[in-house]
Amino acid sequence: MRQTTKYEFWVGLFLLLGIAALVFLGLKVANVQGFNEAKSYHISATFDNIGGLKVRAPLKVGGVVIGRVTDIELDPKTYLPVVKIAINQAYHDIPDNSSLSIKTSGLLGEQYVALSLGFDDGETTEMLKDGSKIIDTKSAIVLEDLIGQFLYGDKNKSEHADAGKESAEADSQ
Amino acid sequence: MANPLVEVKNLTFKRGERTIYDKLNLRVEQGKITAIMGPSGIGKTTLLKLIGGQLIPEQGEILFDGQDICKMSRAELYRARNRMGMLFQSGALFTDMSTFDNVAFTIREHTRLPEALIRKIVLMKLESVGLRGAADLMPSELSGGMARRAALARTIALDPDLIMYDEPFTGQDPISMGVIISLIKRLNEALQLTSIVVSHDVQEVLSIADYAYIIADKRVIAEGSAQQLLASRDPQVIQFIKGEADGPVHFHYPARDYVQELFE
Amino acid sequence: MIVNMISAFGRTAITFCRSLGSAGFMLWGALIGKPQIRKHFPLLIKQLHVLGVQSLLIIMLSGLFIGMVIGLQGYVVLVDFAAETSLGQLVALSLLRELGPVVTALLFAGRAGSALTAEIGLMKATEQLSSLEMMAVDPLRRVISPRFWAGVIAMPILAIIFTAVGIWGGSLVGVDWKGVDAGSFWSVMQNSVSWSYDILNGFIKSLCFAVSVVWIALFNGYHCIPTSEGISKATTKTVVNASLVVLGLDFVLTAVMFGAG
Repeated sequence: MRQTTKYEFWVGLFLLLGIAALVFLGLKVANVQGFNEAKSYHISATFDNIGGLKVRAPLKVGGVVIGRVTDIELDPKTYLPVVKIAINQAYHDIPDNSSLSIKTSGLLGEQYVALSLGFDDGETTEMLKDGSKIIDTKSAIVLEDLIGQFLYGDKNKSEHADAGKESAEADSQ
Repeated sequence: MANPLVEVKNLTFKRGERTIYDKLNLRVEQGKITAIMGPSGIGKTTLLKLIGGQLIPEQGEILFDGQDICKMSRAELYRARNRMGMLFQSGALFTDMSTFDNVAFTIREHTRLPEALIRKIVLMKLESVGLRGAADLMPSELSGGMARRAALARTIALDPDLIMYDEPFTGQDPISMGVIISLIKRLNEALQLTSIVVSHDVQEVLSIADYAYIIADKRVIAEGSAQQLLASRDPQVIQFIKGEADGPVHFHYPARDYVQELFE
Repeated sequence: MIVNMISAFGRTAITFCRSLGSAGFMLWGALIGKPQIRKHFPLLIKQLHVLGVQSLLIIMLSGLFIGMVIGLQGYVVLVDFAAETSLGQLVALSLLRELGPVVTALLFAGRAGSALTAEIGLMKATEQLSSLEMMAVDPLRRVISPRFWAGVIAMPILAIIFTAVGIWGGSLVGVDWKGVDAGSFWSVMQNSVSWSYDILNGFIKSLCFAVSVVWIALFNGYHCIPTSEGISKATTKTVVNASLVVLGLDFVLTAVMFGAG
């Protein structure tokens, strides 16, 4: 049929448009710096409270992403949360006395793990490698505890202030 | 009867609760034009579909060249259908291709002939129905009669042994009617086909049929050559052939007493 | 009265099962068997043109408008929280995960699905399907199968185009009109959209929708009553059923893909 070439042209154009849209989505829209899990080593850390931390949350050093949380479980003996993290192989010079804390990005954003580099004294510290455990951890700040501290802490202060005023008045009389 | 190409034996066919055919018997002789007539709505198209294997009967056999259509496997049925052609009432041309492509369709589907040869065959078939000049028109541009002739060209494209015509004369003006009638007769002779014509246009059909069946009340009520039927004494046959308004098939639909209903 | 209602319900259930079964048979007959590439490929191309290329205009325009509307509405709300830099994330995620596949499927059901049903219904009514059978050509392989594959291929592509145009439309409103910082717009979006989680899941969704919509459209056309009234009923049934199935399937897929996280 003579019209087949005309159809083929338009269908080819249509497919090309689809591929272009896919490329657009891939490059401009999605996070192309996808984390390649193959070139990473795994470490674990125990926290008291992980707050709202989720699997796939980033591990950041100074704000730069160097790894991702791969697993969150409860230790069967101590019932404390154990977080497994995969770190990019390129960052293999992290001392094992570094500390981990769970921070929130922005005011109400998602939570991530921040790593503060420890001190490398060249003798007793080792670098983190596959299977290492980080001991120095700070738990997540739970909003309710914070507010509770704020409220009850204030009430204590005002009680003291009232008591002080009363005693001062009593003294002055 | 010498050599029946199609034999229908004890056919019983039901559609839901209604029995359409009850122990119907028919024979279609090879090389001849057989007419199947009857009042409208008794299922003449259904009979053609049964012969073509599109429907399966409850009981009975339909023999095409000795083999039972109802018991054939899918592959055998398709091979049998290659030897049959069916001309539908509306022509049923494929609306998305030209007349030429419609006629070439069966050839392209079932053979691997080169395009040059296909072109010659299609032009020959169109010439035999008188539509060679309309080869490039789309089906929507053809008149009703021309569409039917084009569909006929498509049906004979692969030279079948049997052609079934479903109501070919319905709604045609006298000239197209004459054209179709002469085409059916000429094609049957020239290509040595067997034709089954289903119609209720008595005069037209009897003018070309070699043998005819009249079907009513779920079975054959009369059969014979055209002269035998015209000379028949059976009141049902006479009413049908002469087209009388009242007879064994009543004019009035069954109802209560007239006077009573008017004045109640 | 109650007995009548129960028996009517039972009859509906049985009819539903039977039509599902015959739909399954139809699809089976259409897809199984050796594909005759040389003969059927031109048919596929033609159907891709009819279903895909001719739907492009409505899909692109709808995508553009929906992207712009989300951008606008999102900006109006986000600016109160001084969070307008997250506009890109809002537009991209809502289009990729939900609106892209779903709206494309609904538009496709309305435009291409109804056209498919009407076309096949008309072929049935003018006995073209019967004559195909009598010519020893399987109408399922010749008529249904190319349309099925064309629909399944075309619709996800249309969904991707819809989403891309929508995101671009959102950026038009956000960056060019409302003055959201272009860099933040795209970088916040890139940070929050993941290839495997969002884009791939959206693509899988539109694939499931494509199969459902095209299957419903073809089935309703193939099994319609071959009168003009029957065809119009079948066309309406296609649009209604396909839309409902898409929305219901969307909930199920969303729950499976995004709800468990």
